[in-house]
Amino acid sequence: MYRYDEFDATMVAERVEQFRGQVARRLSGDLTEDQFKPLRLMNGLYLQLHAYMLRVAIPYGTLSSKQMRALAEASRKYDKGYAHFTTRQNLQYNWPALVDVPDLLDDLAKVEMHAIQTSGNCIRNVTSDQYAGAAQGEVEDPRIWCEVIRQWSTFHPEFSYLPRKFKIAVTACDHDRAAVKVHDIGLRLYKNDAGETGFEVMVGGGLGRTPYIGQTIRKFLPKDHLLSYLEAILRVYNLQGRRDNMYKARIKILLNAKGADDFASLVEKEWAAMDAKDVDLPADEIARIRDYFAAPEFEPLPETSAGLDSNSTKNKAFGRWVRTNTHGHRAPGYAIVNISLKPIGGIPGDASDAQMDAVADIAEQHSFDEIRVTHEQNLVLPHVKKDDLYAVYLALEAAELATANIGLVSDIIACPGLDYCSLANTRSIPIAQRISERFADLGVQEDIGELKIKISGCINACGHHHVGHIGILGVDKKGEEFYQITLGGSGAEDASIGEIAGRGLSSGEVVDAVEKLVGYYRENRQDTERFLDTYRRLGAEKFKEALYAAA
Amino acid sequence: MKAVTGNRLSDGAVVYLTNEDQWTEKFANAARFVTEDGPDVLAAAQTRSAEIADVYLIDIDEEGALSGRAVVRETIRTLGPSVRPDLGYQAGGEL
Amino acid sequence: MPLLKLIGDRLLPAIEEAKNEVSLEDWRANRIAHPDATALVIPNDADIDDLRCDVSGFSAIILEFPAFKDGRAYSQARLLRERIGYTGEIRARGDVLRDQLLYMVRCGVNGFEIAGAASDGAETALQEFSFAYQASSDGATPVWKRRRNRAAAA
Repeated sequence: MYRYDEFDATMVAERVEQFRGQVARRLSGDLTEDQFKPLRLMNGLYLQLHAYMLRVAIPYGTLSSKQMRALAEASRKYDKGYAHFTTRQNLQYNWPALVDVPDLLDDLAKVEMHAIQTSGNCIRNVTSDQYAGAAQGEVEDPRIWCEVIRQWSTFHPEFSYLPRKFKIAVTACDHDRAAVKVHDIGLRLYKNDAGETGFEVMVGGGLGRTPYIGQTIRKFLPKDHLLSYLEAILRVYNLQGRRDNMYKARIKILLNAKGADDFASLVEKEWAAMDAKDVDLPADEIARIRDYFAAPEFEPLPETSAGLDSNSTKNKAFGRWVRTNTHGHRAPGYAIVNISLKPIGGIPGDASDAQMDAVADIAEQHSFDEIRVTHEQNLVLPHVKKDDLYAVYLALEAAELATANIGLVSDIIACPGLDYCSLANTRSIPIAQRISERFADLGVQEDIGELKIKISGCINACGHHHVGHIGILGVDKKGEEFYQITLGGSGAEDASIGEIAGRGLSSGEVVDAVEKLVGYYRENRQDTERFLDTYRRLGAEKFKEALYAAA
Repeated sequence: MKAVTGNRLSDGAVVYLTNEDQWTEKFANAARFVTEDGPDVLAAAQTRSAEIADVYLIDIDEEGALSGRAVVRETIRTLGPSVRPDLGYQAGGEL
Repeated sequence: MPLLKLIGDRLLPAIEEAKNEVSLEDWRANRIAHPDATALVIPNDADIDDLRCDVSGFSAIILEFPAFKDGRAYSQARLLRERIGYTGEIRARGDVLRDQLLYMVRCGVNGFEIAGAASDGAETALQEFSFAYQASSDGATPVWKRRRNRAAAA
């Protein structure tokens, strides 16, 4: 994992002091709320329905045990003993007092954490594959490049007042777990036919009220030129992105207005004109960063574990958990463990302080001290010996963290919705809870197979409903909560935007609707088809009929 | 009728303006204004920027109950998150 | 509207000297009509790569920040410094706030028309950070170069 040197540490500490000053100026009345708001947002502090909300950056979703414990401690000391993991691999505290936030940030700075650029019209926390460094078939660890981008984008003087927020995601696998095609910039690291490593650069993806899949503007960018190329894209966007209408200000609107080819030529022209030598990092600095992401010292182990096999047979629940929640690792004898933050009937993405501490302990003991946060609001222990899986399972079970539902119908993404968020039109969490309760039987869930349900409480689409196999969007109809269903979306390498199924449903009807869709799929699927495959084969009409027939 | 609400600057807590021109956490103690007085009362409250953030008017009926389009949102503000009955004002019992 | 100028690394109040301003549009249309112009006002939607005139003779170029959120002129300032090579004063006009001064300076702005009360602590605002990660128009040594220098010295 990356560790701060004196420069990084100084920058973060100075940011805390700067923010402390800004808070003091606000409390003394020197700053009005209108003046303070952009300053607090640039440091991740929102004012929500019940209280302030602080969004803490978890750069590319990687945490050490020590950092996780500090997050748990801050939730006890400054909040109400829990926190929420978000779809951008960040963490949110729901109740901190403004007067406490500088101290909270001070505590986090001591473990190399911060809230820098977690909101505002700037380059946000860079996200990545939660299996980075552990995944099979990875070209190289994408977090090296995420860290390169993190430093370049931090306090970037030119790009801190962009037309709108700006999100970058990086993957280095063919199977995209980072949803790179629905980011302002998606970067896919791969090896070309000549054997060189570089990036496919995709621009203009995004959700919100006008969803778009990103388009490739450069098929292959030699990786050493990443920063200058990003700087060229951002400069074109900063100068030419719309500023007259905040709903048309994202780069996706600019790219689609110009057309991907014309946009690409603007970027290439800017890139050719700029002096890249002080923008692109020299090889020694990249090597310095790369060293931090060297693989841990895996023990030479046989691929299979006798203990794992016998425990899977003896303990059926463990066997199921191994099938649904673990994933193949690049090192023989190791596995990637997913920790579901979606207990049946629970709040997606929430974890108590005790659970965070438990995960920290387990990671320290069994996963080289590393934890990851996923954009699907779960956690990951990236490097667990197969021989240790049973012990890890029992420890997770004791912390109520062993729900065997990763990728299944109850592994739902939901934004905080109207229970917390001041922008929301409707609640999201209760819908997720009721769907999860309806499909409580884990055996049934496993039979249904991969099914991604994503719920947003308003058109801003923080719950990624556009890319849900089944998406649910809350809309306000004269003071009543209604929900619109979209079908056939995907945020993975086969990315697509879901289609609206038809009229909105009352909150009472939504769960039945999901059940009908799942029922129709189970009756009509062939072989190993997932819900999405059956939907794509049969087409939208069949599913719409099933949804609205004899309602 | 109208009431004035906002979030306390220091900790963000939901508060309502009382007849004594104070801020209260109890919705039941919120002052009620006839709709025509709303804009003036709001303008006066907005000048108190050093104690409150994001001040606005909410609709209430003759009995003082929340009403209008934003009733779900404002009900959640008076109580706390509907998914966490152990948190927010609802956890304390008296509202 | 106090005027501040960056002198070395200090931000000092300056006497507002009489500048004879001309807009980019007027200058391009008929420069003979503006023989005494000393300051060029460039709107923030102008393409710095396509100015179609020589700006090196102006003692100041004024860039517009109509709202603090509107950050186009940060890019314009960098392009004027780094691509055009303009060495005169680049002055920020409009919604120029204390907490933006550092980024403006880093992009090459060195004159500020700043709203009254906001000039309190303006100089402190430039000293809040000891380092910068990126190279920019202010010539600050980026962190990666400092690391390299330190490693070389060790």
